[in-house]
Amino acid sequence: MRGGLLGIEGLDRAEIDAILHRARDFQTSPNEAVGRPLHDRLIVNLFFEASSGTRNSFETAARRLGAEAVSITSAASSGSTGGVLADTRKAFAAMRPHAVVLRHPASGAPHFLARHIDTPIINAGDGAHEHPTQALVNARTLLDRHPTLEGLRVAIVGDIANSRVARSNVHLLAKFGAAIVLCGPPSLLPAGLADLAPGVRLTNDLAQAVRDADIIMMLRVPLDWKHETPMSADEYFQFYGLRLEHLQLSKPDVLVIHPGPVSGRELSAEVAGIERSVILNQAENAVAVRMAVLEWVLQ
Amino acid sequence: MSSLLIQHGRIIDPASGLDVVGDVLIENGKIARIGGSGGSADETLDATGKIVAPGFIDMHVHLREPGFEQAETIETGSRAAVAGGFTTICCMPNTLPVNDSPTVTNFIVERARQLAVCHVFPIGAITKGSQGEELAPIGSMKAAGIVAISDDGRPVMNARVTRRAMEFARSFDLPLIQHCEDLNLSAGGDMHEGPYSTRLGLRGIPSAAEDVMVARDILLAELTGVRYHVAHLSTRNAVAMVAFAKQRGLAVTSEATPHHFAITDAELVNYDSNYRMKPPLRSACDVTAVIDGIVSGAIDAIATDHAPHPAGQKMQELERCPFGITGLETAIGLSLEALVHSGKISLARLISLFTTGPDGILKLGRGRLDEGGIADVTVFDLDSHWVYSSAQSLSKSKNSPFDGRKFRGGPFATVVSGRIVWRRT
Repeated sequence: MRGGLLGIEGLDRAEIDAILHRARDFQTSPNEAVGRPLHDRLIVNLFFEASSGTRNSFETAARRLGAEAVSITSAASSGSTGGVLADTRKAFAAMRPHAVVLRHPASGAPHFLARHIDTPIINAGDGAHEHPTQALVNARTLLDRHPTLEGLRVAIVGDIANSRVARSNVHLLAKFGAAIVLCGPPSLLPAGLADLAPGVRLTNDLAQAVRDADIIMMLRVPLDWKHETPMSADEYFQFYGLRLEHLQLSKPDVLVIHPGPVSGRELSAEVAGIERSVILNQAENAVAVRMAVLEWVLQ
Repeated sequence: MSSLLIQHGRIIDPASGLDVVGDVLIENGKIARIGGSGGSADETLDATGKIVAPGFIDMHVHLREPGFEQAETIETGSRAAVAGGFTTICCMPNTLPVNDSPTVTNFIVERARQLAVCHVFPIGAITKGSQGEELAPIGSMKAAGIVAISDDGRPVMNARVTRRAMEFARSFDLPLIQHCEDLNLSAGGDMHEGPYSTRLGLRGIPSAAEDVMVARDILLAELTGVRYHVAHLSTRNAVAMVAFAKQRGLAVTSEATPHHFAITDAELVNYDSNYRMKPPLRSACDVTAVIDGIVSGAIDAIATDHAPHPAGQKMQELERCPFGITGLETAIGLSLEALVHSGKISLARLISLFTTGPDGILKLGRGRLDEGGIADVTVFDLDSHWVYSSAQSLSKSKNSPFDGRKFRGGPFATVVSGRIVWRRT
């Protein structure tokens, strides 16, 4: 049994390959390939931030593997006085889970927790730091269409500064030799991102970012700018919204990945309508990859 | 009549340039003789192979009393101080209530007189409640015993208020100490802004948050003629600006904390809240600049910014934790490691950073060995190997990032007004 999965940064290529490979088994024949390898295991999904998509796919993945899954959702910011450690101990009082799936708004919350509890922790998103299983899901989706990630040109566009998905994707793609361009308005694209991993370039110019891209990952526009001076929605869309003209700059078979649902803030309606190239929902891969992760952590 | 003979130590007094092996004889709380050997006393302290120095001064600590006694008290803070080799400490006014009136100043002075095992000098607030708006009664607080003014932790953002405070500070002959942090630039920040904050997904506090206030204040210091002191300076640019101000003859001084010259923001990779403080741990390049500032003299004093917090508040995810770490007991060890063993500065210079440096800023009349002067003496060594354990700390709080760290050299015995108040066991 492994210590958990806290981030992509700490994994090596072989480990990632193993998870992605195993996810394919679960993808093609979810029932026959499975058996009930995690029979008798209890997995607690501890979500301190709303995310029905991620939570549902973890629950489904656990059940398909024969494990029992209990989900606890609470707001970290309101009412709780003791922080993630106290909250987790409270949640664990009546249970002895074999693993905990943790979603938390504070960067590093699972890393902090891991120093104080023995239960393996699977990071389901920590603040602006990492969301490792989402990056694995994206990689599985890309590998369904491309034989390898090596040499792919990937543009990630939007609020990079506050995106855990962006960070995990960058770590994963860089380990496989993809060329990565990060693009967003200057306040959401700190210079330090260039040092995140080898092969990362930064630009504030969307046209430059998508040129010859194989994949364009669109992040959601921040609705809460917190301490930053907000940028108007119109200005944002004018400079960072993906329109047909951008797709003409990228590869003909470019794939656009968006977390969905489409709001019109990041993609034009025309782009959103191109079914063959826009992926809004990776529900099947989301379950298959999380099955592979649970098995990898617990076996 | 009581007397103490500190024998066979290497006596170093930067103020007089003295560096000899010999004895220090203390009678009735005063230094009776420096150097030579022999004589008898009620008590002796064998300091063979040790350094005997004027009592160390920490001009920047938080004692949390009144108001936050679960974190520290004047008594426990003073015990941690003497265990760290300090004989004099100056406490910042961010208590509850804030030390913004002679009443609170009197309370601290009186509590310290009754319970503290070292000398305690309060620092008064610049503005009422440290709210940054209305000036505190600076003159009356001085009469009650404050030695400087500062709104530490809550920098005075309004330049006009700062200017007026500087004018009053000058008229009362008090230094104004600023915690330099532009609160708009630092808002929401968890750690130093740079490659590490970006990687860790933690919100950044840019160096510029410190730099713009240092720059503003130096200009205002020139305008007002105040004695202006930069607390816990941490950036490359701040060091350069203070050096420039000194070059131009302004009465500008600065201090650095051991953590800002001993470790960097790389320590945050484990999201350990014991590395969370303000100013934040900076980049390796800033650390080098702070050390260079100590070497060049741009930095006048080492101060700990000892900031105790009870365990409950620190045992949380990093972004929920309060800022600040304890520092009294590890200051000498860290300074020896980063500055002396590494060959950056001489031992005499190190001692001056803890004695004549802060005394020159606060004018306490301490920090030197004088026959007839108050017998505050710090005895430490350079080569003992020891491990810091925060669980054993005499502070009421244990929030030190240096728990388990190995040190070479540290405090051996601390003498306050002629009495041994702490010795290594």
